[in-house]
Amino acid sequence: MESVLSILVGLFFAVSIYLMLSRHTIRMVLGVTLFGNAVNLTIFTAGRVLREVPPIIPDDVSTPQTLVANPLPQALILTAIVISFSFFCFLLVLAYRAYQELGTDDTDEMRVAEPKGEGLPPLGY
Amino acid sequence: MAATDSIHSIDTSAAFIAGPTPAADWLLLVPVVLPVLAGAVLLVVRHQVRLHAAIAIAAFGLTFAGAAGLLYRVVTEGPLVMTMGRWLPPFGISFNADALGATFAAVASFVAFAGAIFAVRDIDATGRRYGFYPFLMLMMAGVNGAFLTGDIFNLYVWFEVFVISSFGLLILGSEQRQIDGATKYAILNLVATTIFLITTGLLYGALGTLNMADIARKVPELRDSGPLMTIAALYLLAFGMKAAAFPLNFWLPASYHTPRIVTSALFGGLLTKVGIYALLRVFLTLMPVERGVMSELIAWIAVATMILGILGALSQSDVRRIAGFIVISGIGVMLAGLALGSPMGLAGTVLYAIHSILVMTALYLLAGLMHDAAGSYSLHEVSGLYRSNPFLTAIALAIVLAASGLPPLSGLWPKVMLVQAAVDGDAWWLVLAILLSGFLTTIALGRVFALAFWRNSPAADTVISDFSATGKAHSGGYAVLAMLAVPMIAIGVYPEPFMRLASAAAAGLLDPSGYIHAVFPGAGS
Repeated sequence: MESVLSILVGLFFAVSIYLMLSRHTIRMVLGVTLFGNAVNLTIFTAGRVLREVPPIIPDDVSTPQTLVANPLPQALILTAIVISFSFFCFLLVLAYRAYQELGTDDTDEMRVAEPKGEGLPPLGY
Repeated sequence: MAATDSIHSIDTSAAFIAGPTPAADWLLLVPVVLPVLAGAVLLVVRHQVRLHAAIAIAAFGLTFAGAAGLLYRVVTEGPLVMTMGRWLPPFGISFNADALGATFAAVASFVAFAGAIFAVRDIDATGRRYGFYPFLMLMMAGVNGAFLTGDIFNLYVWFEVFVISSFGLLILGSEQRQIDGATKYAILNLVATTIFLITTGLLYGALGTLNMADIARKVPELRDSGPLMTIAALYLLAFGMKAAAFPLNFWLPASYHTPRIVTSALFGGLLTKVGIYALLRVFLTLMPVERGVMSELIAWIAVATMILGILGALSQSDVRRIAGFIVISGIGVMLAGLALGSPMGLAGTVLYAIHSILVMTALYLLAGLMHDAAGSYSLHEVSGLYRSNPFLTAIALAIVLAASGLPPLSGLWPKVMLVQAAVDGDAWWLVLAILLSGFLTTIALGRVFALAFWRNSPAADTVISDFSATGKAHSGGYAVLAMLAVPMIAIGVYPEPFMRLASAAAAGLLDPSGYIHAVFPGAGS
């Protein structure tokens, strides 16, 4: 099971990095989203995929007696999903605003903050 | 729930029932909880924009007092640990203040306090209604949380807290150039934090724990079998990107000059240093051996960052963009200490970080005051400030000296320590790079001073009336700059206590047994 998931994680990373290498913001945003999902799967796989028993400890002991499923990755992934989802929303709005304001979604042509051909600072009085 | 505890239960459950937390220990949470609470209060009163500044300044004042008290306690009594919900480590999320984290939190809170005062004049009612102060509060909660947490996944969460708050601050005003800068800043920072999360996932897969002290204990057992070098290299990538180390620094000069000047100042002062803090924590407390393997690589990254950063500053004519490149150059100097890894080198890095938080904030605020006095940020246009604003000139000279690493200000001593450490470590090229970058910084900032302050303004006759008009309007800004200059001068003329503090922080990093023992009191170190 882990090996299948590992291959899937690799595919996710490959696709997301390919998308992020683009100069167009919308592809980058999609790439970042896939990147976040790839991470979630990584954490899930890293926590070991066990199906045996839910991690419920009987009343009279304080540690699990058998091999139980690992509940922690789900807590971590839940946190990561919430964060990456809110970032995705922000980035989507930002990319759309940038397209409206700057008239392009090509990051090479977004030169308002760093205009081309500014020249050198004064070299003397 | 616990009603059916039988006599068979093992006594580990007893370990989860402990006495109440001593009142003084709650100090550990003040630098994080107070900004969160104040941010919530500010959201409640978001329509009464006149109240915002007063609430924020009071909250930051208390936060600074709390962080300073925490620092005093940590220095006198050793690391302080608190685990949330009393789920004892490694299960609960620990907050863990050692000398390093408490020092960073105290300096950061001080600078945020100064920034909140400066913002009274810099941020208008529209900016406040848009939420400047709540964003600032939450950003500081994230920064202080990152400095104080003892759990690596929690560190990721605090990173995200301050990154998303910084997005809000960065686009406050919604100008074209801000949206341009924010696009690059947002995407690259998000990629960096995601790489941090990937690495944390891999670390968890290898070790099965997220508590930093527990990781530090378990890493040696795994050194032969686990992919620790991969994890360390990915952490270097992620935190190097956050700290704006070459070649991952291009988001910083693209964005840091676009927001309101007080936002630029706090970003330049604080955010990159969180990356440096995370590098120090991960590479010294958690993975010292892996740092040793990569020390040569880190050293070359340090050299490239400091030299290329300052060359960028030399080619700019906008004062804010010059400041941005000087921030990058300073990151290189701090990485030099990490590369050396000796007690002296690390103490130099910690002291340089303290100095850099203060001086970079002051440099951006100075740029803001220069803009107010002369109407421009461009060196082509600003001139004659020496005659029109003599007091500003005096403070500017102090800041230029400090940022260049010249006596009698704070930049000198950390560089002395780093050069000494590099000489001891037989890294002559590192010595050369530190000295060269200091020399080039002197030229870059000396030119700012010569052009903006010494050069006569074209209309020198009208200047006197300008002075009376601008001199009064700036008194708040002057007060903030003077407030930041006090610790800068203190470090410069009486460095002894600060050096001792930095050495204590470095010693705590090099020998984490105190840190581990504070989290696991029962464990042999």
